[in-house]
Amino acid sequence: MVRLIVVAGPPSTGKTTVIRRIIEHVRGTSKVAYLKVDVTCAFEDEELSAEFGIPTKKIYSGDLCPDHMGIMVIEDALGWAEDEGADILIYESAGLCLRCTPYITSSLGVCVLSSMAGTHAPLKMAPMIALADVAVVTKVDLVSQAEKEVFRENIREVSPGMDIVESNAVQGTGLRYLLKRVDELASIGEGEIVKLRGMPPLGVCTVCIGKTDIGWQNHFGVIRRLKDADNIYRGE
Amino acid sequence: MTADELTITVLPGTTKSGAKERFDRVDIRPGDTISIVGPTGSGKTALINDIEVFAQGDTVTGRRILVNGELPPESFVRDPSQKPIAMITQHTKCLADLSVRQFLDMHVRARKNAVPQIAEEAVALANRFTGEKVAGDDRMSSLSGGQTRSLLIADSVLISGAPILLLDEIENAGIYKDEVIKYLRGVNKAVLFVTHDPYISLLSDRRIVMRGGEVTQILVPGDSEKKALGIVAEADALLSGLRERIRSGETLKEAV
Repeated sequence: MVRLIVVAGPPSTGKTTVIRRIIEHVRGTSKVAYLKVDVTCAFEDEELSAEFGIPTKKIYSGDLCPDHMGIMVIEDALGWAEDEGADILIYESAGLCLRCTPYITSSLGVCVLSSMAGTHAPLKMAPMIALADVAVVTKVDLVSQAEKEVFRENIREVSPGMDIVESNAVQGTGLRYLLKRVDELASIGEGEIVKLRGMPPLGVCTVCIGKTDIGWQNHFGVIRRLKDADNIYRGE
Repeated sequence: MTADELTITVLPGTTKSGAKERFDRVDIRPGDTISIVGPTGSGKTALINDIEVFAQGDTVTGRRILVNGELPPESFVRDPSQKPIAMITQHTKCLADLSVRQFLDMHVRARKNAVPQIAEEAVALANRFTGEKVAGDDRMSSLSGGQTRSLLIADSVLISGAPILLLDEIENAGIYKDEVIKYLRGVNKAVLFVTHDPYISLLSDRRIVMRGGEVTQILVPGDSEKKALGIVAEADALLSGLRERIRSGETLKEAV
């Protein structure tokens, strides 16, 4: 059976670079398949296929939320990876919507964050972080010590037990703790039903269905008022 | 383990041809000043990167880094607030749009044991390292290269309390190099400079020479370079003086 690694994170944080380091680490012992979900355009599948000679696939979500798309197709992708004879499937999310939380049970959930995004970024991207197993913080060579420390504290604010790996992934430095988690990852069991780890905050709302009124009084379903404090998403 | 007892050891890696590097070990102790020299692309930055991440044969160089002769504790490697090493490069930046004081206060808050007055001391120390005055209400984003480097060094020493500093080519930034070295020695910090600057190189106790990705020599010149140091110090002072005059808009008509 296949081992599944889900890699999420905003654009330009270095998701694909982290994936390259994972592939380099495992390719002596495992066969990797790769799936990229994006909205209108992606090149990562072609790059990784050319670089490592591995089976890759991409799917565009078009007018659908890319994470919704991922949730739809990931089961099929596990079957595809198995047909390709792969031991590991790496699924890279589009990373365009910071509300995505595409992590699945019995997989390794990796959230890639750039320290260049500023110290508040972990709080702003809480859904993407909350249900991951590992947060990889990239480009740490470029920011001040103070900001590095505060960035880390803010990740802990979202997810107190998070395994945080700081890295300069281009040099490959600092990733040994992530690679250890990859080595420890077990396959999805035969016949095991995998599910989302939690409800992603993707709810179809009254705005989605075309209401243009403003003000919570004019909407129903998930509503928020200005005075409602602490709407931070922690994966509950 | 206190900072005064900390010894970092660099063990050799492999060269591009697969042979072992030609040195046994480099020990870095409190108060040491070491410069790393060699042509561009010779592996100087890779060497301090190895030290910064406590490489265990898992970087391109294959080097290993020990702490007091043993594998470093995981917290040293993983938690920036526990890490005994601070690295400052030409690229290290404060990204946040904060004042100097807010930036330092943010760091003091993150370090729960730091005392608030230390932020003021850090500004004062930064002003010992640079001639361009740094004020608490300056915006971080408006600081010059020299002011930023000075402040980040002061921050690493006073607020992080890092016993070991790795400084990557900071000499072009307009800081008082001898003042930085004198101060760090005085407070028993170890410092490694990646440098092309003759003055910094000669002020260091040891000089690691690199070529083609490997350490080729470790020089301990002792007093043998004393004469050269005197000449270089004069030349450096001369150039610094000229730099200031050119900066201030002077034409250097008379012979210097």
